[in-house]
Amino acid sequence: MSDLTPILEVKNVSKHFGAVQALDRVSLQVHPGEVVALAGDNGAGKSTLIKAISGVYGYEVGDILLDGRRIAFSTPEEARDNGIETIYQDLALADNLSIGANIFLGREPMKRLFGFLPVIDREKMARAAKETMERLDFHVNRLDAPVAAFSGGQRQAVAIGRAMYWNARLVIMDEPTAALGVPEQRKVISLIQSLKADGKGIIFISHNLRDIFEVADRIVVFRRGENAGERVPKETTGDEIVRMMVGK
Amino acid sequence: MTATPITPAAGKSILMRVAELRAWVFLAFLVIFFEVWSRIAYDATFIFNTYNLKAISVAATAPLILALGQTFVIISAGIDLSLGFVMGFASVIAAHMANYAAAQLGLPPFPAMIFGVLCGVGMTLVPGLVNGWLIAALKVPPFIGTLGMYGVARGAAYLIAGGMTIAISNPWYSTIGNDRVLGVPVLVILALICCIVLHYMLSQTRFGQHTYAMGASKAAASRAGINVKKLTIKIYVLSAVMAGIAGVLYTGRFSAGAPQAGEPLLLLSIAAVVIGGASLFGGSGTIWGTVAGALVIAVIDYGLVFVNVEPFWQFIAVGLVIIVSVLVDQAQRRFVGGRQVE
Repeated sequence: MSDLTPILEVKNVSKHFGAVQALDRVSLQVHPGEVVALAGDNGAGKSTLIKAISGVYGYEVGDILLDGRRIAFSTPEEARDNGIETIYQDLALADNLSIGANIFLGREPMKRLFGFLPVIDREKMARAAKETMERLDFHVNRLDAPVAAFSGGQRQAVAIGRAMYWNARLVIMDEPTAALGVPEQRKVISLIQSLKADGKGIIFISHNLRDIFEVADRIVVFRRGENAGERVPKETTGDEIVRMMVGK
Repeated sequence: MTATPITPAAGKSILMRVAELRAWVFLAFLVIFFEVWSRIAYDATFIFNTYNLKAISVAATAPLILALGQTFVIISAGIDLSLGFVMGFASVIAAHMANYAAAQLGLPPFPAMIFGVLCGVGMTLVPGLVNGWLIAALKVPPFIGTLGMYGVARGAAYLIAGGMTIAISNPWYSTIGNDRVLGVPVLVILALICCIVLHYMLSQTRFGQHTYAMGASKAAASRAGINVKKLTIKIYVLSAVMAGIAGVLYTGRFSAGAPQAGEPLLLLSIAAVVIGGASLFGGSGTIWGTVAGALVIAVIDYGLVFVNVEPFWQFIAVGLVIIVSVLVDQAQRRFVGGRQVE
């Protein structure tokens, strides 16, 4: 994998908030079709790093390269327009809208009625919703139902479908299974595998070591804003990862 | 990987549709109720009587136009308490400026009316922008921000009017307020145009779609790249402008600008939206639901008068309908788990 250009390369990035050094020369690479799990205790800098990548925060020192180009987005929209989608544990969907409306939220397709009146193209949204959800092996027969009518795992699939539809290159998943029951967690893991098969780069943050070992190609461990090490799941154990996280 | 068919509430879709129409069903029920009552008690028809139809539809226009703007506000999970006095403010300005244009600028009646209307509606941008700015930028809760504006608009309206009503004698104003086209009151036609335009905005544009999204989750809306601040300001400006239109129409109907024009209408506007199926928690509601809600209130008011019940029962009847609507809404939420918006 390392012979390909990585989708995302983080090189010696530092970031501080006042006197607090949140990130201290951290580095990370994500290749196409690769799931990189980001592990670390609370305050290790995982969230700060993904926020720097996704345009929520700026960063002062170091480089973040997307497909070899240096990026420093000032808003999450800019990051999204450049192919970086972030999926949050609390879903970030509008529960009262349909799957299609959520996939297109903020970017609704328009058409012209009678040749002049601009209206939202709901057929296009419904079609895209159906196709996208089918790619994720969800077969939707009620495209006008609000997403509130679906289960947590299905809604997470809608969020993932949104990333897929907009051809994200890099998908950042911040605790995507935290709000879900066990069967639903399994489903999300399989969704991550479909994203991977689709050639996306994935950064996966989780506290659940079982999920990490199941889905990750590499595990990058942060401790107090620094790189604490990097392992391939086959060559390590949960105990070793925990030791790296807490520094013993 | 096994296929997981998504079949949410598959058997409930008919129930959901019926629930969406509940305000219309309720309206039909009320009309039948009064029809039967008046036939039995007075051997007269209630609804097959053009005089009654006109009276009901004209009575519904002012609360309806306020309620149309309020629909957007409530869907966005806000509330606009300033509407009633913004309406009075616009009514007073529309009357005052029309008089000014005729007396000081020497304009003929038609341009004087246009001038008054533009000033009345245009000045509502001020309370609308201030409401939006307080809520969006300064994070004042909508209830408090618009309650403050309620006082400010009220005071401003009375000051401009010098504490009285401003009489006007402009034939064009009374054309708007009292004339008919093919037997249909101009007021009703104008209200219908407002309904169509706002229905289009709510159901067919990004502005409407984002209003629904914001009402369900502000965080989701802003993560999706929607500028929630700007959207909030637009919604409160729309609501104030609708109050302005209602105020100008009031001036037309009564040939006078009155500071208290909308005083009793604020609560009716909220009631119409709620009876129409919107949730005060935001995220749901439709323009046609609100139309039914406003008609329900007008039919109750007029119907009770028609069958000779003491008018004070109107308050009780409308109050009960509001409470029942909220209860039905909550029950529906439990059973259906949400509502499709369009």
